[in-house]
Amino acid sequence: MTAVAKPGLGYGPPEQEMDREDLPQRVVSAKVPLGKRLVALWASRELLGFLVRKELKVRYKNSVLGFVWSFLNPALVLLIYYVVFKYFLHNTQPDFALYLFAGLLAWNLFNNSLLSASGVLVSHAGIVKKVAFSREILALAQVGTAICYFFFQTCILVVFLAGFQVLPDFTYVPLLLLAFVADVILSAGLAVFLSAVNVYLRDVQHFVEVLLVALFFSPPIVYAFHGVGLTKFHLRMFYEANPLLWIVLAFQRCLYGNVVPPGGKAVTGGTLFVMPRWGMGTYYIGVGAVIVGGLLICLFAMIVFGRVEGNFAEEL
Amino acid sequence: MSLAIDVQSVSKRFRLYKEKYTSLKERIVHAGKVPFEEFWALRDVELEIPQGETLGILGRNGSGKSTLLKCMAGILQPTSGQILLRGHLAAMLELGAGFQPEMSGRDNIFLNASLLGLSKKQIEKSFDEIVAFAELEPFIDNQVRFYSSGMYVRLGFAVAVNVHPDILLVDEVLAVGDERFQQKCMERIQQFKQEGRTIVVVSHAADVMRQICDRVAVIDAGALISVAAPGEAIRAFRDRLIETGDAATPLPAVEETGAVPLVVDPTGPVPVVADRRVAITGCRLELPGAPERAHVFPGEGITIALDLRVRARVPNVAFGCAVFSDNGHLLFDCDSTMIGERHDLEPGPSTVLFEFTELPLLDGRYTVNVRVQEAGAGTVYARQEPAGTFEVVNPGRATGLVTLPFRVNLKPQQLG
Repeated sequence: MTAVAKPGLGYGPPEQEMDREDLPQRVVSAKVPLGKRLVALWASRELLGFLVRKELKVRYKNSVLGFVWSFLNPALVLLIYYVVFKYFLHNTQPDFALYLFAGLLAWNLFNNSLLSASGVLVSHAGIVKKVAFSREILALAQVGTAICYFFFQTCILVVFLAGFQVLPDFTYVPLLLLAFVADVILSAGLAVFLSAVNVYLRDVQHFVEVLLVALFFSPPIVYAFHGVGLTKFHLRMFYEANPLLWIVLAFQRCLYGNVVPPGGKAVTGGTLFVMPRWGMGTYYIGVGAVIVGGLLICLFAMIVFGRVEGNFAEEL
Repeated sequence: MSLAIDVQSVSKRFRLYKEKYTSLKERIVHAGKVPFEEFWALRDVELEIPQGETLGILGRNGSGKSTLLKCMAGILQPTSGQILLRGHLAAMLELGAGFQPEMSGRDNIFLNASLLGLSKKQIEKSFDEIVAFAELEPFIDNQVRFYSSGMYVRLGFAVAVNVHPDILLVDEVLAVGDERFQQKCMERIQQFKQEGRTIVVVSHAADVMRQICDRVAVIDAGALISVAAPGEAIRAFRDRLIETGDAATPLPAVEETGAVPLVVDPTGPVPVVADRRVAITGCRLELPGAPERAHVFPGEGITIALDLRVRARVPNVAFGCAVFSDNGHLLFDCDSTMIGERHDLEPGPSTVLFEFTELPLLDGRYTVNVRVQEAGAGTVYARQEPAGTFEVVNPGRATGLVTLPFRVNLKPQQLG
């Protein structure tokens, strides 16, 4: 009844030689333990690379400027904010464009990730229904794409810093890197969670769009932390419990810190307190807390994703 | 021999929603009373597939065969039970699923193969082979959206087979491209078999099953009916179709006489009564295996009994009979005068027996027409179209239309 295994005809990669017993075993069942799913996710990291490359290639395909848009887009957005806040709203902060840029850099990573990740399973329904792979990778690829844009924007930032003749505060560079990691972890966790929920509740995608507009104003990106008028203790606590606040402040502290020394005298003469007067330790504690919280969100997101993943192919 | 796929009491429940509520407003409005019916697409399926076997899954539409395949592929997770898979698996459920029309063929090969679980190094190694197999060398750097549908599926197939999986799952996708490419696909599948890889094919093309499968599993209403050698399983499948009345032309219930009564439908285009002297009063198909079996095996015989009522004497008549294949081709037409017989019809009831002593036919459904006509001339006194249909089920592995007496001898040649 059963065909006898014949020796391979020299076909196929050697690691898939027709030696039967030692082939890797896989289990398909209603509950796949988290550990196994993480292993599978790690195994498909190359796929992540291909998906990110696909996103980058497809996004500006067939447009005249093509890839230039990935630089032009953030630069133009920055220009708009700059004109509005500097000239219409008379912001008097020194080197305000740089301040804006530092905050926007951190924000865009978060914003781009969630904006595209929340609808990603629905828009890739074709693959989800026909191919078996770790589907979390689709959401993570959106975060990966956002990270690529983050680096493009960093290139513009370097030009900016040169233009303003400002050096970043190098003592805070490790904090900046840590804040970047926190930003990625937070974005990844929420991206995976939202993409899964959106399969069942398509409102999520639209709700996220609006929510992100509101969240944009929650950390001090277009305004100064110092000017926030929340004096009631509870409100203040609530405001400062925002993880985005810590990420944005860390970015600003490093990139903008040399323009206005925190709590110190303003470069331009008057007395300006743009940044909070915290020591380095406070920043590290804040960003560290965001990383821990972000990891918990990731864990939660993976658990939720695993619970609902089995029905994706039918729900889409 | 260890198992490549071990399906352990797998069940899969779907919820069939009358309407799907996916927006928040709809969910709130219909909270707690979303109308759905539970539907078990698979019920307690147990299936063991040893390594190196080619297994076919046969079933009609909606029987759960594709669901089973999707569970094996890990696209759907079973509601209960589990499936153990040993080795690298690739599923061809839809060719070119996930192709990005905006990207070049080259980029799509990398993305698609990576989705199927290949590492970058492996893709680079088999890249040329994939392109050559798909015969797309001149177009590989063109955007896929400019590909013809044939080029598209060719590329999809080429990627899937060149992933070199230990287990290949195929869902009705073998009939792609032109005839030559289909041939190539078949050859590749055969090669897979020779290499000892495990293949699971879902199809309702019984011929393909017979050709390539070692065993065939028949699934109906989510339950496994039989797992057996192809001929046997295909017979079980046909029997089930007939049993549940889903065969294209169901044969009526068979009585212990072994006859299939034929009801003359007054609204139909038959029978043509050309002469008032002869009338057809009944027609039966007598099958050798009835009533246990509503089909014929190749080489068995059948008899068609035609009841006539004759009002006045008709001299020199011929009784004719024609057999048609499923798609309307005439296979055989002959009448009694052609085989040198001469009959006269006397008044009163009589029965004509058309006897086929041996049917050299393979699988298929066949239609029989009968007629009473003037010998040697064209005047038809009465005819019945169709007089009945019968089905031939082939338990062996030969494919085609007819079974020919066949033998193979090997004789060593004397060297000069």
